[in-house]
Amino acid sequence: MKYTYYPGCSLEKNASAYHDSTMAVAAPLGMTFQEVEDWNCCGAVEMMAIDKMQAYALISRNLALAAAQTPPGQRMVAPCSACFLNLSKCDAHLTKDPSLAAKVNQALAAGGLHYTPGRVQTRHLLEAVVKDVGYAAVKAQVKRPLYGLKVAPYYGCLIVRPGFLEKFDDHEYPTSLDVLMRALGADVVDFPMKAHCCGGHMTQISEEVALGLIYRLLKNAADYGADVIATICPMCQLNLDAYQENVNKYFGTNFRIPILYFTQLMGLAFGMEPTRLGFGKEFIDAAPALNKIGVEPPERSKPERPSKDALPMPVMPEKE
Amino acid sequence: MTITAFPTEAVARAPRTFMQEVIEDTPGGNPRLEMCIQCGTCGGSCPSGPDMDYSPRRIFAMIEAGMREEVLRANTFWYCVSCYLCMVRCPQEVRITDIMYTLKRKAIREGYYRDSSASDAPDFSETFVDAVMKYGRSFELGLATRYHLRHHPLDAIKLAAGMGLNMLRRGRMDLTPRRINNLDQLHAIMDKAKEISQAERAQIGGGA
Amino acid sequence: MSEERVGVYVCHCGSNIASVVNVEDVAVWAKEELADQGVVVARDYKFMCSSLGQELIQDDIKEHGLTRVVVAACSPHLHEKTFRTACNRAGLNPFLCEMVSVREQVSWVHTDKELATNKAKAMIAGGVERVVHHQPLEPLHVPINPATLVVGGGIAGIQAALEIADSGFPVYLVEREPTIGGHMAQFDKTFPTLDCAACILTPKMVDAGAHPNITLLTWSEVERVDGFVGNFTVTVRKKARYVREDVCTGCGICIEKCPVKVLDQNFEAGLGYRKAVYRPFPQAVPKYPVIDTENCTYFKRGKCKACQIFCPTQPNSIDFEQKDQFIQIQVGNIILATGYDLFDPRRIPQYGYGRLANVFTSLEFERLCNAAGPTNGDIVLRDGVTKPKSVGIIHCVGSRDRRYNNYCSGICCMQSLKFAHLVKERTGADVYNFYIDMRTAYKDYDEFYQKVLEEGVHFVRGRVAEVTDAARKPGEEGKLIIQVEDTFIGKQRRIPVDMVILSAALQPRADANEVAQKFGIACSTKGWFIEKHPKLDPVATMTEGIYVAGCAQGPKDIPSTVAQGAAAAARVLGRIQMQELALEPIRASVIEEKCSGCRICNDMCPFNAIIFHEDRMVTEINPALCQGCGTCVAACPSNAITGTQFSTEQIMAQIEGLLMFNVEGELIREMAYA
Ligand SMILES: Cc1cc2nc3c(=O)[nH]c(=O)nc-3n(C[C@H](O)[C@H](O)[C@H](O)COP(=O)(O)OP(=O)(O)OC[C@H]3O[C@@H](n4cnc5c(N)ncnc54)[C@H](O)[C@@H]3O)c2cc1C
Ligand code: SF4
Ligand code: SF4
Ligand code: SF4
Ligand code: SF4
Repeated sequence: MKYTYYPGCSLEKNASAYHDSTMAVAAPLGMTFQEVEDWNCCGAVEMMAIDKMQAYALISRNLALAAAQTPPGQRMVAPCSACFLNLSKCDAHLTKDPSLAAKVNQALAAGGLHYTPGRVQTRHLLEAVVKDVGYAAVKAQVKRPLYGLKVAPYYGCLIVRPGFLEKFDDHEYPTSLDVLMRALGADVVDFPMKAHCCGGHMTQISEEVALGLIYRLLKNAADYGADVIATICPMCQLNLDAYQENVNKYFGTNFRIPILYFTQLMGLAFGMEPTRLGFGKEFIDAAPALNKIGVEPPERSKPERPSKDALPMPVMPEKE
Repeated sequence: MTITAFPTEAVARAPRTFMQEVIEDTPGGNPRLEMCIQCGTCGGSCPSGPDMDYSPRRIFAMIEAGMREEVLRANTFWYCVSCYLCMVRCPQEVRITDIMYTLKRKAIREGYYRDSSASDAPDFSETFVDAVMKYGRSFELGLATRYHLRHHPLDAIKLAAGMGLNMLRRGRMDLTPRRINNLDQLHAIMDKAKEISQAERAQIGGGA
Repeated sequence: MSEERVGVYVCHCGSNIASVVNVEDVAVWAKEELADQGVVVARDYKFMCSSLGQELIQDDIKEHGLTRVVVAACSPHLHEKTFRTACNRAGLNPFLCEMVSVREQVSWVHTDKELATNKAKAMIAGGVERVVHHQPLEPLHVPINPATLVVGGGIAGIQAALEIADSGFPVYLVEREPTIGGHMAQFDKTFPTLDCAACILTPKMVDAGAHPNITLLTWSEVERVDGFVGNFTVTVRKKARYVREDVCTGCGICIEKCPVKVLDQNFEAGLGYRKAVYRPFPQAVPKYPVIDTENCTYFKRGKCKACQIFCPTQPNSIDFEQKDQFIQIQVGNIILATGYDLFDPRRIPQYGYGRLANVFTSLEFERLCNAAGPTNGDIVLRDGVTKPKSVGIIHCVGSRDRRYNNYCSGICCMQSLKFAHLVKERTGADVYNFYIDMRTAYKDYDEFYQKVLEEGVHFVRGRVAEVTDAARKPGEEGKLIIQVEDTFIGKQRRIPVDMVILSAALQPRADANEVAQKFGIACSTKGWFIEKHPKLDPVATMTEGIYVAGCAQGPKDIPSTVAQGAAAAARVLGRIQMQELALEPIRASVIEEKCSGCRICNDMCPFNAIIFHEDRMVTEINPALCQGCGTCVAACPSNAITGTQFSTEQIMAQIEGLLMFNVEGELIREMAYA
């Protein structure tokens, strides 16, 4: 499957591990990426605070450039949740509000560009893997299953909310990454905070507030016994990884949970060399956790038999 | 109440309430602010809720009451991390997060944010945006040093020695900014967009 | 030049019409411009529906020898009958009167006075053109079968059935479950008086079960409804019980001996078990058990028969060979009382139901409190033993939320207060109620709230954001944390509790649309059955002879449910006493010679009034069933169907009149007698 690719600023340097691992797993999954030529920053969560016209124009330049090189029917993929949200939200708003679209196009025209709302559909990389490639195709590539590795799947906010275009997964309790990680052979832990916020740019505005938000996530993952947290967004990765030590200092804790991109875990399971997947760039060293990966699937501990007094639990619909 | 993005002359002549202003300045269609039933789901859900001086719900009540200055001086929207949790939970489908952005723009435009307890936040946004405008890409090192030197000079040293150094050591931070090729095109587009914004504000007054 | 003599009456409706439409001008205009169409008098009047207004018409009929009347006023829905009766009083056949809705279709929906006045003129011209083609009609008379079908044996259906049966008329009560009783049978106490639900319900159930005039058809469902008001033929599927009702004594030995335990999703709300042969609860009416073939070992594997072996009756009551039976019954009227379903809180994942063990639904909690429930009435956590020390009760779960149900379920506040009281009384736990607005309207309800306040229950005004087990601070470990904005203090609070109860919304039955279709009535988009008029005719439906009662029509408490059940019964009794029914003669009919037998119209009739004669290959319309909606008239490719009062001729004439002005309000067609 061919995609237009919008890497976004983070993937160039800070999240190069994400970029490298994405490129590495793309081939076996049959995904080919064609980068948007001369793309610019999507404005993150900052531009919209300054000027809405400029914010839309900034994003629309990317959409216009992408449209020029995207044949109809081909989708654009963004691995960063914030970029994904900005691109899809901008497109949705332009479609919904023709007068806004007219003004944006007036601005684009100053640069000799034009964008027809709805022309380029953007998917987050996770959505593309799950929906276009599918769990079965991923599973088929697994050569070294992540047996015994306890993974907390972390979605963050912007891929599951607010859900422009089509709703991809549940806003509150998404499961697509859970299923994907299970397909890799990993042991997925329940992680109630899986769609809660990593703090976004709050680290820059009030580190105290930000550390509180990050602490919640780390504590919850630790409480549920996670060895690693799988992430799908450079911002989430950065906050949970680079600030983990600060959290430990501030809260007197001792978390050492590596924060890995889901593509890195896919690459590992596909039997690829860790160096190809950008390992080593993380602040919290992933090696100790990855050493836990066993060759055999771990003994499933039998689910505890409820006591004879216990009342039955509500029946949940079958998933997967 | 009927809300039009571009009011007809008759409506424009009548003084707009603060509520109408906020509604009209929020892109993407009617944000349904007038439908808020003050249930508190947003304030209860917000990860930054405990640190805000007014919860989003209270901000909405204050907007309804026309408390323009108090609203624009609040830190609420600066502490909004744009997680959209409130927005997907609001039983009235109020587009809360989008309204938070509208309030940020207004507060910057009207200079109120300087009085808020989150007075650094807008500068962070501005510093970030400046780099994007200049290079077409964001520039983390420049952002961090410039912003921190301005606001937390001591932190800046700490940062250079700590986090920044670690980032550099891991090859996760560029020393020089990356630029896009066609900067002229970007600048032309951004200038035009700014012009449109200004014209829009002149037309309806107070827009953002 | 028309031969008819038409009178036109334009109503001001106070200022409802006159404030937008220049009614005087319209009347003057009609007299002058529509003279060729036969108008001989045209008047405007403040309130045409008043006695004086009606007399105006009556006098004109006599004085001017009017042969047709057009009243331009509100909608025919409201006053057609009034003006028809007035004509009748003056000796004019009532069907020669036509109403034009210049209020709903003109003054209430337009602001431009000139254009509105023009539109009113055009509509009156249409009315006049049309009325001259009307024919005098006589109402249809049909006899009424005195038997009544009640569908749904909840408290609404039971009440309605008893009222009618007590008056001496036969009732068939059809219930899809093995027993009657509905939701109320699951409850422990009922607000606001806290009577024991079983104590007040079971006597009624027993009465209904034993009443000589009530035929109880439980474990049954309506398959098909034919016929029309006064004469419905209803086919009921009596599902195989595998227990012979004629010999079973209800001793319950089979239940005791059955080795298969099944999670009871229905009566026990998933909190308790039953056997494969079961009776939902001890006081079930009727007392006969049912075998659940999906779980019965004999049906699954051909072995077991423990129930049969131990059944003490002669002959044996267990009959594995029983088949579904189809029974046809004749009734004159039908009452639908199919009740509600509970909202499934799994749809709101942030409240944790299904994931967090100690989050319960309201119905689960009712079973937990119930002395006959799975814990014998002990309020305990999911482990079955621990008493909670603190309990949070969340209001409005799935109600007042545009994502789920945008209405208020009406009962949840009171039901949550009831729960608060029961928890306090039985466990002494700390109780928190989380609400958006406290809605305690109606008799003795606010007093109940006062009482619960006195008991020291905590009230937090705020819709709960989430329930989580993700502890953040000491004191939260091992608890369920309710995160909420306390809107009175404007601060986020995290309140750790042991147990959470979700007061889930009342929703239309999952199959409400199918049921409505089967009975030819309308459903709201949500699925509540629509009454004829929300204020003035709350139990009738737009389909003659079909009534609704209880929660099937909308969420409500037991007192209102019972009142509706009784009201529906009163309406039916009124009908039965009339013995004969006069029906509007506005009907479609088939011109046999023109019918090609294509059958296009056959499935279109929303009232199932169309029959097809295979032998002659022609369609016929049953005049008593037809409601005159006109669907078939429009559908017939051969123009073989005409509607009385709605013939092609009449419609075309009306359109001619309507097309006088273009959208700019310019006269584009001079009136000329067509
Ligand atoms: C947790 C909870 C607590 C409550 N507590 C109180 C209280 O304390 N006081 C109070 O006043 N109200 C209370 N209520 C409200 C009360 O439940 C309703 O007002 C009342 O039960 C409505 O009765 P009904 O007969 O309309 O519907 P239901 O009780 O739902 O009965 C409908 C019956 O129709 C049957 N049926 C459905 N479809 C068909 C079909 N197609 N064919 C045949 N049969 C069918 C069903 O099996 C059922 O037996 C409570 C509600 C809840 C959810
Ligand atoms: S959640 Fe929505 S309705 Fe409730 S207080 Fe917030 S904005 Fe208002
Ligand atoms: S979007 Fe902003 S206001 Fe809403 S919950 Fe998230 S941080 Fe709070
Ligand atoms: S079927 Fe037989 S054993 Fe069962 S209740 Fe009836 S009589 Fe008793
Ligand atoms: S035959 Fe079926 S119902 Fe009867 S005892 Fe066996 S399992 Fe139970």
